[in-house]
Amino acid sequence: MIAILDYGSGNLRSAHRAFELADSDSVVTKDPQVCLKADGLVVPGVGAFAACMAQLISAGGVEIIKERIKSGKPIFGICVGMQVLFESSSEKGSTSGLGLLKGNISELSAPILPHIGWNNVVAPVGSKLFKGISGDSFYFVHSFAAKSDIPGALNAHTTYGEKFVAAVEFENIVATQFHPEKSGKSGAKLIENWVESL
Amino acid sequence: MTLAKRVIPCLDVAGGRVVKGVNFLNLRDAGDPVELAKKYDEEGADELTFLDISASVEERATTLEIVGATSDQVFIPLTVGGGIRSTENVNELLRAGADKVSVNTAAISRPQLLNEISERFGNQVLVLSVDARRASTKSGFEVTTHGGRESSGLDALEWISEGIRRGVGEILLNSMDADGTKAGFDIELIKAAREISSVPIIASGGAGVVSDFGDAIESGADAVLAASVFHFGQIQISDVKRDLAARGYPVRN
Repeated sequence: MIAILDYGSGNLRSAHRAFELADSDSVVTKDPQVCLKADGLVVPGVGAFAACMAQLISAGGVEIIKERIKSGKPIFGICVGMQVLFESSSEKGSTSGLGLLKGNISELSAPILPHIGWNNVVAPVGSKLFKGISGDSFYFVHSFAAKSDIPGALNAHTTYGEKFVAAVEFENIVATQFHPEKSGKSGAKLIENWVESL
Repeated sequence: MTLAKRVIPCLDVAGGRVVKGVNFLNLRDAGDPVELAKKYDEEGADELTFLDISASVEERATTLEIVGATSDQVFIPLTVGGGIRSTENVNELLRAGADKVSVNTAAISRPQLLNEISERFGNQVLVLSVDARRASTKSGFEVTTHGGRESSGLDALEWISEGIRRGVGEILLNSMDADGTKAGFDIELIKAAREISSVPIIASGGAGVVSDFGDAIESGADAVLAASVFHFGQIQISDVKRDLAARGYPVRN
């Protein structure tokens, strides 16, 4: 069973449907028991980092995520849901994140922001998440990102103005800066790869 | 590759149906937005835009349903515009499955709406739709309302700059001079907007032949949007992408 953590506004319906294609037993929920029990927990996230963190805290999402990590249960962060897993972000001042991934989130150095659209992602050898789809294009919409590789993790990269971490696989954490639920067939395959790994 | 130039078909919807002419072979129901969205997805559309031109509250209510039905079946980004006046309208659309909203007239009447939307949902959801035409304003382009029939009194480039300051994440730039002419996109307008815009620009209005799209990209557009040439099958999305690729622009295959 896949739980999609509902801690605020945004398009959760697409995420729900996309994960449902890979596992028909997928729910959008804020119920901590369901979130803790699920085989996989999806942490979505759109908007500003600080606002997202604040919503996550008030919905009790931080405890849920930390509890799952402690018991070795898989998590999938998407977009700002990836960013909040890092130590901090410099978006609109400095805000602390969950610190589950080493590094910080900062603004991309590019003349036109946000980075909106389809860009290709190059995954490292051995990536389970990108099995069969390394080099494919995925849909991005963001201005901030992790620019340094996460030590000890499998880091996939994309370049827009500069090279950044488009996706990471680290222990039981998987996270993508892009939106797999909006990335057509390649996104569907990536979600399927994750669900199969659970 | 790098960031792909996007090709976006736009559908006018009202009362749960696609209005304005649509002429597709091999479609079960050419007026069904979901069928059309699927068809465009298969042809390689990078995003979809729905423009709600509903004339009544009853018609408008169905828009949420078709947004939901579309996003349940088509896994590419969906922008919805038309009649958005409040953050609550935006919330409803996002919950229904839209990824972005485009705001036009309501922001001209009350610019603070742009701040409210971007502060609550982030600038990535907010597209400012600007209907511009030549006029004797400072930049030579003004903003119109009511589908180009009335002047808003705003200078188009100043309005774009203000929109970006207020948190807009993207500009949908419609040339009212080029719209419907099929004589090509408004190159002058695109170039002028590119000069001052730090956010992506979607060029719209005037597409007539395949090479028009590449010309718009060459002038600085990050994405190109069209309606009738796609609906009537005069131009295939795949033809546009082939032409862009041949001219050296990155496209998604």
